[in-house]
Amino acid sequence: MDLETLTLQEQISGLRDKKFSSVELVENYISVIGNNEDLNVFVSNDFERAIAKAKKSDSSNNIQQDMPLNGIPMVHKDIFCTEGVKTSCGSKMLDNFYPPYSATVVERLEQAGSICLGKANMDEFAMGSSNETSFYGAVKNPLNKQKSPGGSSGGSAAAVAANFSSFSTGTDTGGSIRQPASFCGLVGIKPTYGRVSRYGMIAFASSLDQGGILAKNIKDTAIALQYISGYDPKDATSIKTKVPNFSEDCESDKFEHVVGLATNLINSFGDENLSKNYSKAIKRLAKLKIKTKEIELPNLELSLPVYYVIAPAECSANLSRYDGIRFGYRAENVDNLEDLYFKSRGEGFGNETKKRILIGTYCLSSGFYDAYYKKAQKIRNLISSDFVNAFKDVTSIMLPTTSGEAFDLGSITDPIEMYKQDIFTIPANLGGLPAISIPFGEKDNMPLGIQFIGNILEESSLLNISNKFQLD
Amino acid sequence: MKDNWESVIGLEIHVQLNSESKIFSNAPTKFGSDQNLQACEVDLGMPGTLPVLNEKAIEKAIKFGVAINAEIAKKVGFARKNYFYPDLPKGYQISQLDDPIVGKGSIEIQLGDQEIKTIGITRAHLEEDAGKSIHDLFENETAIDLNRAGTPLLEIVSEPDMSSSEEAVAYLKKIHSIVCALEISDGNMSQGSMRCDANVSVRKKGDKKLGTRTELKNINSFKFVEKAINFEIKRQISCLEKGEEVVQETRLYDSANNTTRSMRSKEEANDYRYFPEPDIIPIQITSDQILNIKKELPELPDEKKERYINELGLSEYDSRNLTYDLQLADFFEKALINFDDPKLLANWILGDFSAILNKFDVEANNSKVDSVKFAELLSYLKEEKISGQAAKKVLENIWENPDVSVSKSIQDLGLEQISNDTEIEQIIEKVINDNPTQKEQFLSGKDRLFGFFVGQVMKESKGKANPKLVNEILKKKLV
Repeated sequence: MDLETLTLQEQISGLRDKKFSSVELVENYISVIGNNEDLNVFVSNDFERAIAKAKKSDSSNNIQQDMPLNGIPMVHKDIFCTEGVKTSCGSKMLDNFYPPYSATVVERLEQAGSICLGKANMDEFAMGSSNETSFYGAVKNPLNKQKSPGGSSGGSAAAVAANFSSFSTGTDTGGSIRQPASFCGLVGIKPTYGRVSRYGMIAFASSLDQGGILAKNIKDTAIALQYISGYDPKDATSIKTKVPNFSEDCESDKFEHVVGLATNLINSFGDENLSKNYSKAIKRLAKLKIKTKEIELPNLELSLPVYYVIAPAECSANLSRYDGIRFGYRAENVDNLEDLYFKSRGEGFGNETKKRILIGTYCLSSGFYDAYYKKAQKIRNLISSDFVNAFKDVTSIMLPTTSGEAFDLGSITDPIEMYKQDIFTIPANLGGLPAISIPFGEKDNMPLGIQFIGNILEESSLLNISNKFQLD
Repeated sequence: MKDNWESVIGLEIHVQLNSESKIFSNAPTKFGSDQNLQACEVDLGMPGTLPVLNEKAIEKAIKFGVAINAEIAKKVGFARKNYFYPDLPKGYQISQLDDPIVGKGSIEIQLGDQEIKTIGITRAHLEEDAGKSIHDLFENETAIDLNRAGTPLLEIVSEPDMSSSEEAVAYLKKIHSIVCALEISDGNMSQGSMRCDANVSVRKKGDKKLGTRTELKNINSFKFVEKAINFEIKRQISCLEKGEEVVQETRLYDSANNTTRSMRSKEEANDYRYFPEPDIIPIQITSDQILNIKKELPELPDEKKERYINELGLSEYDSRNLTYDLQLADFFEKALINFDDPKLLANWILGDFSAILNKFDVEANNSKVDSVKFAELLSYLKEEKISGQAAKKVLENIWENPDVSVSKSIQDLGLEQISNDTEIEQIIEKVINDNPTQKEQFLSGKDRLFGFFVGQVMKESKGKANPKLVNEILKKKLV
């Protein structure tokens, strides 16, 4: 049996039925990882502790019934703080950072018994769509090593695609879970803003960031999502509400669906392949006898400029704490305080991060605030109302995840072209809405993805429509 | 101040609220622990940490707003104020910009016998305190102590309604007495629980337009507020009289040299790049919440003052001075339980008792003489068992010797008043016999010499003779 190819669900039942042990699972993964180091998936690994934990889990006398994730290996994006384990956020700035606390997401998965194998590479501070902005170098797409795995959760996607784990955590500020999932042929979900605690998840753009899951299939995604969801008193923006049973809901018959379609919008891009894949998806819905309705999202096209004002503005403040004073990189041989700031930040941050801090600082500056930040907030509200209006008639909205398949590493040099990667994923972040990407179609032997966006807190409905959609 | 000039002053007062934990974290706020032991990962601004609003800070701010009859915001939102400084861990301070929790309000002040003046309060908003930079701990290095980081602050911004340093001090004292009465701050200025910045400008009398203002930072006592403002007024007037211009800038008050010096000009001023704090969702304040706080409001200084005037018959002046310092008022009310002459008590508390507190730099609640003992001392005085002079000596004695009782101290110092007729008669007879010339002069019409005889008797009795009896008996004997 190839343990590494098993789904999360298969691993849970295998452990329960004692077909294999947690130690076998972990050791097998470690050997697969060892054979594929060229993919550059990990920033740091935690193998020793993983084996120790697996042993403990195996001796815990099969409590799989109560703790399904007990003994299951997994991978965290290196944006989640892990107590005592290096958490770099893909940056030289935090190359020496060992947090004295764990993120709530990390704590919850640990309490559920899962075992972290290591920390996945990512774009620096989650700023990027190709994984190329990482201080540790780009991750290679396991499906084709010439290609990018997407970003910023590129390492998390590659880890699952390369069979280094059955699921991983990621974060999504403008598409950073869904785009890599799409590029690597996986399922990736960004839950409702506030569904998953952001505590201990290193902030990029606080009003947009949301943690989520990447996995091989929808059921696995639902199982893992369950454990990271729910109110956290340490995060004032987390939502105080009961978490539904996602894995039951994803296969339930109780959901009625009306899928919103934006055919005009998609066709307006004038990209033949894009339109073709989208109409193929519409046909699939028709074949499955799922109701559809054409909807208008008049302000959706403004998502990209709005995002590239709000996200940099928030990041410019969020990244001010990296000043070389208390933790992280500190430049040596400095003359004075100002010099310490300039050199530490100048040497510790990469170019993309610096660029966004500059953009954000500019947008918030006296005299520009109204023209940029305030206007962007107004348009953000308009985009949200577009969604509110749409959800009066539909239960989810279907959009492509990306405009195309995974691109070659190093092939996109124009930053605007790179930013355009997120054109279909950003709107869900602006609206705080849950969204999922599932594999659908392919081009040049690389997978494509289709995206469903749901109403606030309707992850169950999203998982359910995705599951139906896949049962072809 | 020279006659043809007038000054315009506004104050920004930072009040540390006395919540047990910090405004955005669970770390304790207690003053005086070892460096950096009261700062958690949130206070340190560590990656991934998030602020969670302490509801107690909201409650305390509302209390203040209600006490100054201000509008309370329905929606309270926070904003990030961005600037780099080593003791500001996140590189931004969580503060409020557009939705301050407390809106427009006002308080009243009064100087001496002048009319009551209303000072407008523009707003009061919540924010987190920064840490402290310590420059003298290591050579050529600055140490950072983040214990204070995240302590809740209420920044109270006044209108530019004050026209002298005396008014500014009266305003500051009034705010101090209000926050102490509300028990929302310990008001301890020397520990930095209350800090003050002053905006000062001067203009020719009668001018409508405000002059260019400077902002004075780092003023941390009532005394320094007065001195710093006075210095700055003089400096600005002399600038203008020399034909120079006042530069809009921030100036630092240097208490050691009683001077102000330029810290940064308007051009160098920070662009704080405020924007709404995304980590904290704006909270709603209901009218019920405000009503409940209103109901439980303690007696405020002005109400206390009115009560002293109307129910205890104290003068307006004494009442005002007693209620400026609530610890003093508290001492007064406690002593009143055992001593039922409010006027005499108020006189002594505002006089000799305050003097001894000042001398030893002690607050009334840490007095070495408690209210019970103090009342006992005044009872001796009232019952004429000791004289006023003697009472002062006893007060000093029991202050320095807390274990000694009032009666023992009077005994030890030999200060019991002589109220025995025979004893006084004997002294008087001796004095009259010793001064035959003066006696003759008195009897021939020199009435003023009566005082001479009183003085001699008191001297002879070492100040112990009951003056009232001395008077009575002298009148009888000098015939």
